[in-house]
Amino acid sequence: MKEEQTAAAKNAVRRNDMAEHGLRKDSLREPLVLGNPTLHDITEKISSIAVGAPNKKFMLALTITGLMAAWGVVAIVYTIITGIGVWGLNNPMGWGWDITNFVFWVGIGHAGTLISAILFLFRQKWRTAINRAAEAMTIFAVICALLFPLLHTGRPWLAVYWLLPYPNQMQMWTNFRSPLEWDVFAVGTYFTVSLLFWFTGLVPDLAMLRNYAKNKLGRTLYGFFSLGWVGSSRHWHHYEMAYMILAGLSTPLVLSVHSIVSFDFAVSVLPGWHTTIFPPYFVAGAIFSGFAMVITLMVVAREVLDLHQFITLKHFDNMNKIILATGMMVGYAYAMEFFIAWYSGSSYELFVFKNRATGDYAWSYWIMILCNVISPQIFWSAKMRRSIPVMFIVSIFVNIGMWFERFTIISTSLHHDYLPASWGYYSPTWVEISIFIGTFGIFLSLFLLFTKFLPVIATAEVKAILPNAQPKHGHHGGSSTLNPGEAH
Amino acid sequence: METTSTMPYAVMGNFYDPNKLIHAAEHIRDAGYEKFDIHTPYPVHGIDQAMGIKRTSLPKFSLGGALFGLANSIGLIWWTGSVHYPLNIGGKPLFAFQFSIPVMFELTVLLCALTTVFVMFGYLCRLPKWFHEYQHDEGFRAAVDDTFVVVIQSDDSRFTETGAKGLLEKLGAENVRTVAANTEYSHV
Repeated sequence: MKEEQTAAAKNAVRRNDMAEHGLRKDSLREPLVLGNPTLHDITEKISSIAVGAPNKKFMLALTITGLMAAWGVVAIVYTIITGIGVWGLNNPMGWGWDITNFVFWVGIGHAGTLISAILFLFRQKWRTAINRAAEAMTIFAVICALLFPLLHTGRPWLAVYWLLPYPNQMQMWTNFRSPLEWDVFAVGTYFTVSLLFWFTGLVPDLAMLRNYAKNKLGRTLYGFFSLGWVGSSRHWHHYEMAYMILAGLSTPLVLSVHSIVSFDFAVSVLPGWHTTIFPPYFVAGAIFSGFAMVITLMVVAREVLDLHQFITLKHFDNMNKIILATGMMVGYAYAMEFFIAWYSGSSYELFVFKNRATGDYAWSYWIMILCNVISPQIFWSAKMRRSIPVMFIVSIFVNIGMWFERFTIISTSLHHDYLPASWGYYSPTWVEISIFIGTFGIFLSLFLLFTKFLPVIATAEVKAILPNAQPKHGHHGGSSTLNPGEAH
Repeated sequence: METTSTMPYAVMGNFYDPNKLIHAAEHIRDAGYEKFDIHTPYPVHGIDQAMGIKRTSLPKFSLGGALFGLANSIGLIWWTGSVHYPLNIGGKPLFAFQFSIPVMFELTVLLCALTTVFVMFGYLCRLPKWFHEYQHDEGFRAAVDDTFVVVIQSDDSRFTETGAKGLLEKLGAENVRTVAANTEYSHV
């Protein structure tokens, strides 16, 4: 009897020891929020970021990104008043940096929706720390993306009737057979639904902020946009269902958007574009690039805003695993394209791919391979997945690589046509480069403003996953859909 | 003020432990109260059953929105391309489901999402409501921060002030108090 007791006591001590080192079986999972904050600590932390006055560092950063954006606007205005002849586009290359940038930015957005919708449906509770910022990133990236096709039309003020079916005096409608028209609906819907999802998630947090706003303007704006949310359980009941439905809708939506973007290429008859692998390959690439951008931004935001408590190495570890997985998916797609080019027996197809790896744009192809296929392999090492400098550098590499992927796809199929007589080579002008820099300025400025004035962490969701936030199991079979289960 | 006498008031109590809160919600429900609410900073699991909230009708509205979007997309593509301005492209059929599927899908999702959000906030939650009659109460305001606030309304048929207060105190509520509804406009 006594022996048993001492054994039990020893075990208890051992369990405590192991728990301290995070080794006990039921605490094998690392905590998602560090430092055991109370609910009020979280409120204080996130509110203080949002309502405090902007500091010098913030103003400096905003000035730089603002100047970038302004420079982009100069180039845009120049393009609009002169015509897109100021770009480097000419036969045979009618698409260049503009469409590359469009696909690049749309792709960036995909991580946000993946985190907010797909990881939600898969009950991945670690998403709560990063979903707000990732969704914001989605919306800002899609805004940047939309600029490019609009400018590419050359006369954006007429684009309304080219793009949208509305009754006009010419009695003309859009052509719904065109993948470009599908794109209008896909990207438009994507933007609207992402915005709704983001806003819905923000409402309870804005309600929290309205109590903390330091001035009347802040109180009025937070109060206005929080719609008068008072945390009623009768409201939460509807709210959670809406959140679930939005997640359910966004999941197929995010897969459809980049599939439809890939149709812009795949539905044409050009060798190198006309392939069935494009939709899944584009979706994997979009998630790949999106997570890279999330890491680039969150590494910086975590340091500057001191969010170490909420965004832990575990979050980065998980994201780096996704980068590794999707990176290998695109690597597989690159290889499979070559295999099919050979296996199809089409000499044009084979030529395009040989030309892609060894032709005029081979430099672009090999940058892509280096950045997208080789660089993420470092994440096989758990240590590297948790190293902030390593992941920051790799995420930049992936961002660059994914831009070059789109550029490679566009340039190699267009610059060498079926007829050698019409072959050409395309380089961008300063105007195209400036517009691209400008979109980075717009994107980063919006993101900076977001981090300053809105809750950067989905506070209500993080509160809901704190260890003692929910009633214990077996009590009443919870029907709550937002972050079910106990937090670990 | 004339209106104050007809305006309902409420008995409130704070909770900080979700287990106690669920327990309290069940007891208030079982005591037959209907006009009561529990304000929480985040959704608490199982509180809807504990309070006896009926399952939301939102999915029906969402389905309606989705079907509306689907019907409209088919109508739009078919009517504009083959009735109002027949668009002959290489002799292909004027309408076919194959080429319509991407736009059909997108409009279905779009209308469903818009319906879901607007019906949820606007109809089911009756928001925006930029004025709340108990917002002047500091404890009530803390419901979006760190406090679970149980509110029992005076216009409930079973309500007596002493009864409601006694019940909340028995259930372990802290700072049980009577709060008069504010009729003057103020920010939520």
